[in-house]
Amino acid sequence: MSTNGKPKFAMYWAAACGGCEIAVLNIHEVILDVDANFEVVFWPVAMDAKYKDLEAMPDKSITLTLFNGGIRNDENAHIAQVLRHKSQILVAFGACATQGGIPGLANLGPVHEIVDTAYTTISTDNPTDLRPQTRYRVPEGELTIPTLYPTLKALDQVVPVDYYMPGCPPEAEQIAAVVGLVIQALKGEAQLPPAGAVIGASHSTVCDECKRTRDQKTITHFTRMATFQPHTDQCLLEQGILCAGMATRGGCEARCPSANMPCVGCYGPAPDVVDQGARMLSAIASVVDSKDPVQVEKIMDEIVDPVGTFYRFGLPRSLLHASKAAQGQ
Amino acid sequence: MTDTFEPVIVGFTCNWCSYRAADLAGMSRLKYAPNVRLIRLMCSGRLDPQFVFKALAEGADGVLISGCHPGDCHYIEQNYKTMRRFVLLKRTLAALGIEPTRVKLVWASAAEGNILAEEIDKMVAEVKALGPLNWKRRMMQDAGHVAAVSGQRSAIAGGAQ
Repeated sequence: MSTNGKPKFAMYWAAACGGCEIAVLNIHEVILDVDANFEVVFWPVAMDAKYKDLEAMPDKSITLTLFNGGIRNDENAHIAQVLRHKSQILVAFGACATQGGIPGLANLGPVHEIVDTAYTTISTDNPTDLRPQTRYRVPEGELTIPTLYPTLKALDQVVPVDYYMPGCPPEAEQIAAVVGLVIQALKGEAQLPPAGAVIGASHSTVCDECKRTRDQKTITHFTRMATFQPHTDQCLLEQGILCAGMATRGGCEARCPSANMPCVGCYGPAPDVVDQGARMLSAIASVVDSKDPVQVEKIMDEIVDPVGTFYRFGLPRSLLHASKAAQGQ
Repeated sequence: MTDTFEPVIVGFTCNWCSYRAADLAGMSRLKYAPNVRLIRLMCSGRLDPQFVFKALAEGADGVLISGCHPGDCHYIEQNYKTMRRFVLLKRTLAALGIEPTRVKLVWASAAEGNILAEEIDKMVAEVKALGPLNWKRRMMQDAGHVAAVSGQRSAIAGGAQ
């Protein structure tokens, strides 16, 4: 492996969509600073890399690793462990690595349902009901593919993590700021935050960053974006749109509410909150304007998917982690 | 299993009504199931739904929430919030596969020690019939899952980050 004396940088995707990588490239010319200050040694999306080369690197030889994606299978877990050993700073990068993210919603059902959906639903041409085998013997030897875990996990449910950088994906400005800070810290010009800190995000909620006006603070019904055109200056929740801003950490400058769309909670729980969904549930229920149990049930009927709404990005990192069905036994 | 199974139920009571109801039940020498561990809050409206999730995740088989009757809240109308949260809480728990009878809301005034005792008896019988929840063990059986629920990165109350 060549070495030019520069600190080493790695980025990996586990159960992820690739949006985090795009977000890193969205830092525009700051990517030149990354190149000037780091040697990229492992980044499967951007360059050819072999796991055996990574495994051969000395421990702690990579200065900064951005790990995006949740842990869905034993391959993800293996690379997470290898990168933990090889990295000085391991950052859980993006909603999936920090909270489980959208793929974490698979924790609502058993893993065989995922496989069934992939191999038997009507849009799939699979007349003989072929299924992937994790081990298969061919004349040349045995082939293996990764085994799915029963549930998807956040990165820190598999290995210890130094920093958490939330977002789906993290905002480019925040990535640029974090990269800049690490570069400064390497030169001794800045100090890194304490281990375990959430970086690249604010210390308050999305509501705090949202420019919309709030005055009624009570709601009598819920509606959905597909059937309703909200006003652009009034709080979306007051207009009956389920918005996760009050339970979600800021740092995005309330980007979705600014575009007339509700916050979906991708930046994870607000500071000092463990379970984002529980907090959102609590806040939503308190502003419902009714004292009549029958009417309350009726209003709550309009929240069609409570778990999908409250835990859209955070089910694996929530207190309950997964549904009973997903955990089996 | 269910013959010897004694459920662990965490009970959240309010300072002004239901905790005093429990007190009255004790002073009146009422007999009721000893499975409930009572935690006193100033008001049932103080009950953060995180408390319920945490109790269930960490080993409770059921959670009892009790407060003043609607209209009687010491803090005017906070128990209505409890009532509304309870509706959403039940729906969320149901979607996660937790039986609705594992979480119960009981209104009990300071004079209703007998009602609280009866409701606790009923609830314990119902949860006994359901069997243990075992949430934590279920989760730890998941290969590769190293962090216990208790290893969440900050405590619920005032966790520093």
